[in-house]
Amino acid sequence: MSRLAERFRQGGVFVWFSGTLLAFCLAMILSLVGFIVAKGMGFFWPSQLVQVQTPEGPVLGEITGHEPARGEETEKVQFRVGNRDVYGQDFRWVPSAGMGVPEYPADALLIERLEYGPFIGRIASLSHDGHLVSTGPVALAEAMTRLQEANRLRRRIQSIEKGQVGDLNRRIEKLRLSRKKVEAAGDQGALQALDAKAAALQTTYDQLQTSLEQTRTEAKAWTLSLQTVDGQFKEWPLGSVVRMIPANAMSPLEKLGVYLSRLWEFVADDPRESNTEGGIFPAIFGTVMMVLVMSVLVVPLGVITALYLREYAKQGWLVRAVRVAVNNLAGVPSIVFGVFGLGFFVYGLGGTIDQLFFADSLPTPTYGTGGILWASLTLSLLTVPVVVVATEEALGSVPRNQREASLAMGATKWQTLWKVVLPSATPGILTGLILAIARGAGEVAPLMLTGVVKLAPAMPLDGTFPFFHLDRKFMHLGFHIYDVGFQSPNSEAAKPMVFMASLLLLLVVVILNLFALNLRRKLRERLGGSTF
Amino acid sequence: MEIDDPRPVPEPAHLQVPPPEAGLRPTSFIQPDLPLTDPSVLSAPTMLRIERLNLFYGEKQALSDVNLTVSRNSVMSFIGPSGCGKSTLLRCLNRMNDLIDDVRIEGRVLLGNTDIYAPETDVIALRKRAGMVFQKSNPFPKSIFENVAYGLRIQGQSDRTVLEEAVERSLMGAGLWEEVKDRLKDSAQGLSGGQQQRLCIARALAVRPEVILMDEPCSALDPIATARVEELILELKREFTIVIVTHNMQQAARVSDHTAFFWMGKLIETGLTENMFTNPGHRMTEDYITGRFG
Repeated sequence: MSRLAERFRQGGVFVWFSGTLLAFCLAMILSLVGFIVAKGMGFFWPSQLVQVQTPEGPVLGEITGHEPARGEETEKVQFRVGNRDVYGQDFRWVPSAGMGVPEYPADALLIERLEYGPFIGRIASLSHDGHLVSTGPVALAEAMTRLQEANRLRRRIQSIEKGQVGDLNRRIEKLRLSRKKVEAAGDQGALQALDAKAAALQTTYDQLQTSLEQTRTEAKAWTLSLQTVDGQFKEWPLGSVVRMIPANAMSPLEKLGVYLSRLWEFVADDPRESNTEGGIFPAIFGTVMMVLVMSVLVVPLGVITALYLREYAKQGWLVRAVRVAVNNLAGVPSIVFGVFGLGFFVYGLGGTIDQLFFADSLPTPTYGTGGILWASLTLSLLTVPVVVVATEEALGSVPRNQREASLAMGATKWQTLWKVVLPSATPGILTGLILAIARGAGEVAPLMLTGVVKLAPAMPLDGTFPFFHLDRKFMHLGFHIYDVGFQSPNSEAAKPMVFMASLLLLLVVVILNLFALNLRRKLRERLGGSTF
Repeated sequence: MEIDDPRPVPEPAHLQVPPPEAGLRPTSFIQPDLPLTDPSVLSAPTMLRIERLNLFYGEKQALSDVNLTVSRNSVMSFIGPSGCGKSTLLRCLNRMNDLIDDVRIEGRVLLGNTDIYAPETDVIALRKRAGMVFQKSNPFPKSIFENVAYGLRIQGQSDRTVLEEAVERSLMGAGLWEEVKDRLKDSAQGLSGGQQQRLCIARALAVRPEVILMDEPCSALDPIATARVEELILELKREFTIVIVTHNMQQAARVSDHTAFFWMGKLIETGLTENMFTNPGHRMTEDYITGRFG
């Protein structure tokens, strides 16, 4: 027997073959993650501001791309020049042929603003209430110190707008609804009492507005006069500046500070500028909450189905057909589930709920429009086959002798299932849940139809009673990626955001899975040497 | 559940079992009116009475016309080659065969005064009266305490003191208390094989059954653990009636007061254990006991 034939017989060749394929798969996964990390994580590092001379005038910005000469096209360098309000676009391609020697001016400044993206240029002067306070480098230093105060003011305005004003608005709306009811009943005394209440609320509201207006004026008092590299001037209130980064004059440690602060803003803040700037916290929160609600819904649904199919239903062609149908449900394109969710949950169920319980606020729908509850329900339908299959497997793997032991003790079938079989099957059920989470957290298409929005005004969980607002629309990382990357007017600038959002989505799925895995491990330990 | 014996069962012509009506029956079956040598057994009232029991798995008959009585506070052992129906008969006594599809049972089984196959009999209540210990120890994946308390819990007992008292009493009854009293909260599956089997006995004791049915309780245990379970059986006899299925002839001789020998679904002979082993009334019994077949 030849050596090759002998190796085939021993199976060594196949071990190598499968090992190689495994390594290939691992390499693909690692390169995917590595690519996303590399593209995303570098985004927050303040890069050098490069100034070059071109025939059309000076250009100042971050170098973001490079295109080698190809055919008639000459070699080009891409600059992120910012100043969308002045130039009309953020990026500019500069042919490297006519480009002078690159300089790194120490006074070049990147200013992150609340609107129009970053400004790249220099500070000419700083004024207060129209009076010139300082100019040149002194103005930069003073603006840096004033910036913290301005940011503090801005956060206060935001919290008043979101908290107190929002709260007042809700109370006024509630009052309006109850007034409508009382009006229909025709109770004059109650009507007057309500009107008095409404007047009181209105007064508080007006006072709040006045104090807000004062704070806003205060925030607008300090203005910067900004100068672009080609000599154009731009007045900009200090209150609308997020960060000022003189990247060329910064030490690595200072840059690290900026990096961390930007990263934190990304993870913990609300988005700005049609999602292309700021943070994505609402999307993270929405994703996690949607997955949790889905888990809460899908586990009972799947477990009860599997319990009936496996333990109670008479095994026959009908049960087999149902089982095949359930398994095939996993192969239905998710957008079909989305359409079903829209038609059945949102319009059907939600519309009915609105007519029965929220008729006062009609025609504004409460549940008759997309919301996190409907999205989660749709996703739980999408993922229920996974849970059913895993649960059936787990139920089947509970040793027969344990069921017999329980029955021989005089337990009923239901007691046996509830006290012996289901606890033993829990790790297997959790395996199903883990798979369901993995599937559900990354799903986007059905969500677009059933409750995900580009920008949600409020979170589905907050401090206002009843805390869980399952009727609210929400933001989702998967949809965020699609929206920022492909629906935004400035997708070039938002590209790194797409990678960061992808990275976070991966992280969220991994963390949710780790959570479930840990739960399963703990249960297994408690059950001791369980079989599944 | 039976382990198939690969050896063929010899069927010499003279060993063919005569029909029950034939002359063999009166001498080989214990009849209530039959004189008994052991006065304690003689005076004991009947706990279990099996009358003309036939059992079919589909078309196949697994038990044919079995008549048998078991006295209160005695140990009855079922012996016979694999597949002879002794485990099937045991599982008839608490209606565990109901769990198998396609089983048909004829005849009567009386536990005390209850006909357990009467339509009005509550199976759940019956199984509380007839506890069972299985061939392979099968503690639940719960703590030692919860295993023993299980039977009471499903009866709706949740009073902690009652449960603790019952668990202690049962574990003492099963001779396990000293070994596990400090780790009642540990998983039962961390116990050794012998301890697990005694835990299963304790679990059965906790609901205070009248009869304990043991299906080859020692077949998976080492000799020392086996000896402990056998001692336990002799102690439990004072309070309970025990029916034990065993493959081990010595075990039957050591622990049981009466022995019943089965072959091919038929009860060949039953009587006082000492008589059976010293002076079997039937050739087949003698051949089986002396190891010539089976």
